[in-house]
Amino acid sequence: MSRPVQFNTNVKISQMPEGYQGEGFFATSFDKVIGLARANSLWPLPFATSCCGIEFMATMGANYDLARFGSERMGFTPRQCDILLVAGTIAKKMAPILRQVYLQMAEPRWVVAIGACASSGGIFDSYSVLQGIDQVIPVDVYVSGCPPRPEGILEGILKIQDLVHNESLRRRTSPQYKALLESYGIQ
Amino acid sequence: MTNEIVKQRLSEKFGEQLAGFDESFGMLAVTAPAEMNMQILQFLHDDEQLKFRFLTDLTAVHYPDRKGEELCIVYHLHNLVDNIRLRLKVYIPIERPDVASATPLFSGANWMERESYDFYGVNFIGHPNLTRILNVDEMDYFPMRKEYAMEDPTRVDKDDEMFGRGGTVA
Repeated sequence: MSRPVQFNTNVKISQMPEGYQGEGFFATSFDKVIGLARANSLWPLPFATSCCGIEFMATMGANYDLARFGSERMGFTPRQCDILLVAGTIAKKMAPILRQVYLQMAEPRWVVAIGACASSGGIFDSYSVLQGIDQVIPVDVYVSGCPPRPEGILEGILKIQDLVHNESLRRRTSPQYKALLESYGIQ
Repeated sequence: MTNEIVKQRLSEKFGEQLAGFDESFGMLAVTAPAEMNMQILQFLHDDEQLKFRFLTDLTAVHYPDRKGEELCIVYHLHNLVDNIRLRLKVYIPIERPDVASATPLFSGANWMERESYDFYGVNFIGHPNLTRILNVDEMDYFPMRKEYAMEDPTRVDKDDEMFGRGGTVA
């Protein structure tokens, strides 16, 4: 007797954006549609160096199932990926590599620092460890914890989805954003 | 093959030039002047009786209080035939941390000496590529030397309690 197949009948459908609708048409702004599409199909690039990486694997697994949020495809390449998930200690020697991966990602791109090490160097307050990845690349969301539980990582992803959903199409070309990247020496 | 025999052979060969012998936990340690390190290693390597032909480890120690001999280079040698180990120690001043490289005799010394240079700043003369091996190339100090202040114990920004190590949250 094989196990009966279980279907998820509780599929969540995302909210329709605000707009005008009438018979046979629906009009809304580009921002909202694009934000909706981007937020619900974020493709993560996991940059996992230590224990947080293991915790992130649990987040990808069946119990926590990151794929529910549209992050089904992990790309271990900068191609086509939207979020850089930095999970784990980044040594000073690793910093240029992390930066290179970030630079190779196409805009728009977001960065999550998962756990204490990626956010601040964590317990490794030493000469060889980068004290937070925001020293070399701009970070959008920090996830606390050492290591964070998968719920924490999911929370981080949801926070990023909020950011992505509400981001103006003009943000990436704004002088403030240019100045931010300039401060990191990124063109 | 015992420590006694090793001691005897070394004394016969080098006599008064050796600074001293020390035996802890059954392992013999020989202290010698730094300029003699290669002669001694060569003798231990080539001698038909001793046969110390494997370099287990090469590292450095920093003794800030020993004036004029702050850095100690330690060679761990192993005679694989008779399964006997030996430590050779040479002391050098931190102002001129020069010592002859063991790479001509042991190829394995290459990376170990790079590590000792990386962390302690020991200058191995005759090393083929004395560059940093573990730390970033831009580093302009030697991190394992005992010249840095201990962490301020009153810091609160990186409290152990936050990392599940002791404290009230265990």
